[in-house]
Amino acid sequence: MDTTLLAIAILLPLVGFLINTFFGKNLSKAVVGIISSSTVALAFIITVLQFIAMQGGSEPVKHIWFDWIRVAGYTVDFAFYYDQLSILWLLFVTGIGTLIHIYSTSYMHDDENFHKFFSYLNLFIFFMMVLVTGSNLLMMFIGWEGVGLCSYLLIGFWYQNQDYNDAAKKAFIMNRVGDLGFLVGTFVLLHLFGTIDFMELRALTEYGSIGASIGLLSIATLGLFIGATGKSAQLPLFTWLPDAMAGPTPVSALIHAATMVTAGIFLITRLNFVFDLTPNIQNVIAVIGALTALVAASIALVQNDIKKVLAFSTVSQLGLMFLALGLGAYEIAVFHVITHAFFKACLFLGSGSVIHAIGGEQDMRHMGGLKNTMKITYITFLISSLAISGIPPLSGFFSKDEILLTAFHGNKILWIIASFASILTAFYMFRLVFLTFFNKFRGTKEQEDRLHESPAPMTMPLIILAVLAAIGGLISIPGSSWLNKFLAPVITNNALSHPHELGTTEYILMALAVVGALIGIGYAYTKYMKNKHVPVNDNNVPGLQKLLVEKYYIDDIYQFLIVQPLNYMGSFFKKNVEVLISGMVSGFGFVASELSYQAKKSQNGNIGLYLFVFVIGVSAILYYLFIAN
Amino acid sequence: MEQVLQIIGIEQYIYLSVILFCIGVFGILYRRNAIVMFMSIEIMLNAANLLLVAFSNYHEDAQGQVFVFFTMAVAAAEVAIGLAILVAIYRHIGSIDIDKLKNLKG
Repeated sequence: MDTTLLAIAILLPLVGFLINTFFGKNLSKAVVGIISSSTVALAFIITVLQFIAMQGGSEPVKHIWFDWIRVAGYTVDFAFYYDQLSILWLLFVTGIGTLIHIYSTSYMHDDENFHKFFSYLNLFIFFMMVLVTGSNLLMMFIGWEGVGLCSYLLIGFWYQNQDYNDAAKKAFIMNRVGDLGFLVGTFVLLHLFGTIDFMELRALTEYGSIGASIGLLSIATLGLFIGATGKSAQLPLFTWLPDAMAGPTPVSALIHAATMVTAGIFLITRLNFVFDLTPNIQNVIAVIGALTALVAASIALVQNDIKKVLAFSTVSQLGLMFLALGLGAYEIAVFHVITHAFFKACLFLGSGSVIHAIGGEQDMRHMGGLKNTMKITYITFLISSLAISGIPPLSGFFSKDEILLTAFHGNKILWIIASFASILTAFYMFRLVFLTFFNKFRGTKEQEDRLHESPAPMTMPLIILAVLAAIGGLISIPGSSWLNKFLAPVITNNALSHPHELGTTEYILMALAVVGALIGIGYAYTKYMKNKHVPVNDNNVPGLQKLLVEKYYIDDIYQFLIVQPLNYMGSFFKKNVEVLISGMVSGFGFVASELSYQAKKSQNGNIGLYLFVFVIGVSAILYYLFIAN
Repeated sequence: MEQVLQIIGIEQYIYLSVILFCIGVFGILYRRNAIVMFMSIEIMLNAANLLLVAFSNYHEDAQGQVFVFFTMAVAAAEVAIGLAILVAIYRHIGSIDIDKLKNLKG
């Protein structure tokens, strides 16, 4: 493995970011687009070369750049760690990143802050690469925080809109809650093992005895899991992700669907050997994952904003990945991360193409009948929808089915929850497809006249992603899984995750999953195609549906339990304590300025007086020095 | 050389130079004409010079007299610059009364 090349690959997007930040304003849009896209594309090419060189097995490489922290016996290197997992993640981060950069050159073309957008995107890719290649938890934390920052910047990219700013702040603050967990986990691991380097941790957990400190270790893994719930939008910290759709659509595709939100899964997979030691926390992860999958899928049923549906769908799919993680099937979670990255990026970019065509409209009630005017978008969107619904032989079928199989072998209740969430997934995805692409157009006349297929830089990534969404399942077909073999060196305990011996049970389960998906699609068909049902206004929905429209009132509960008390406390402190403190501070200032105001009167410009004072002063000094003593 | 001090004692020189110095100080404090003030400064300098020469003689050490030459040179330079400044001031405000120089104040 060529560490120099990989270092260049990591630094390339940073270079793109610096160029676009400092010179982007004076460069033409074409140049900005080429610089930022080509840096990411080059990074992708380098990664592909390294990936090819890795085939047939290779030892992980730790590339130390310099000593970073060396204090009280603890050492933290500024180092990068290249193994199968990080290369795999680099591969799809830079790959999908390249496609989305190209897509954005067209999508963002009319934006005045074009160069800013691209510099943020490049910065994001850089931090994401640091996150996945960092050799210890602190290095990972740099990337972890960096992608959070970029997410914040890009959600609030259209900063003139206060709602978008609020969404950006919400994302940042909720992530901070999770980050606290991440830090606690890091510190506890440092305390327990004296190191946070992945290689050393792995060696220590494999050969050392944990024994009595299992409780502390559980705290560490729970903390890391809380960090993961923040970044990957799981219960109870998931409400920021739907709001994050305020950002431009390519951002939703890249950051809030394909890459950044999978950082939590990466973290747990990276530390699988630690999580394996704490089965209690694994159960928590599985339960939280399954519940998130169900809750988010049910909310997605009634959303009318095309991007909100996809956002809740992302949360739900991430829930399924966490379910797999909790059951110890790490490579299956990674498998679903990859296939999900393909089809969800394609779905988001497809929705971006639709939004672009209708001129910024995101409400599905004002869409419809787009399949005739937007052929490529329609076909790619349909393929990805089929993939996410789990229709064979598309990629989503394989990965989701593996998760369901694992759940079935692990815990029947979780299996039922996850299966139900999958049926809901099929339903809401096809509700989306039917409302958007079929029947008559429901928007205004001007919008209808302007409808057009998006230009090639937007459709090309769609086609590539749709192809990947269709065939991506090949990397891990049951029976001979390339992915499992590839990831085998990374995952310590992979005895759990081999439900690949295909017996009758497995085939029945597969059939059940497919039938479930078809039921979901069929129900959506009867409701939205045959009966031409269009969702009513949010205020008029009946009973139980209201609960879903209001997202189980989770936002309102947070508002009531956390935001309002904080606001109340803030205004209390402002009214009372603030007055005292600022009174003291400005009191000091007032006294000082008043004193100097008086003192300056003596400087009246009268040279005679100055001389007089001078003589008096000298006399006093002489008196003191020679006569008084 | 000793004769001089034998005829008139060192104390007399000290008294003289103290009187000269005080004349200078009071001249500075009570006069408002800048040229007169300059002259007062010169008187003070010369009081110091006188004392230096007297003690140089008293200690039979030529260093004090050498020092006086330096003082004179510095005083000459100071006068040259000071007078130039005074000329500039006079051209500017038409007077050398220091009470009129009040523009620099806090």
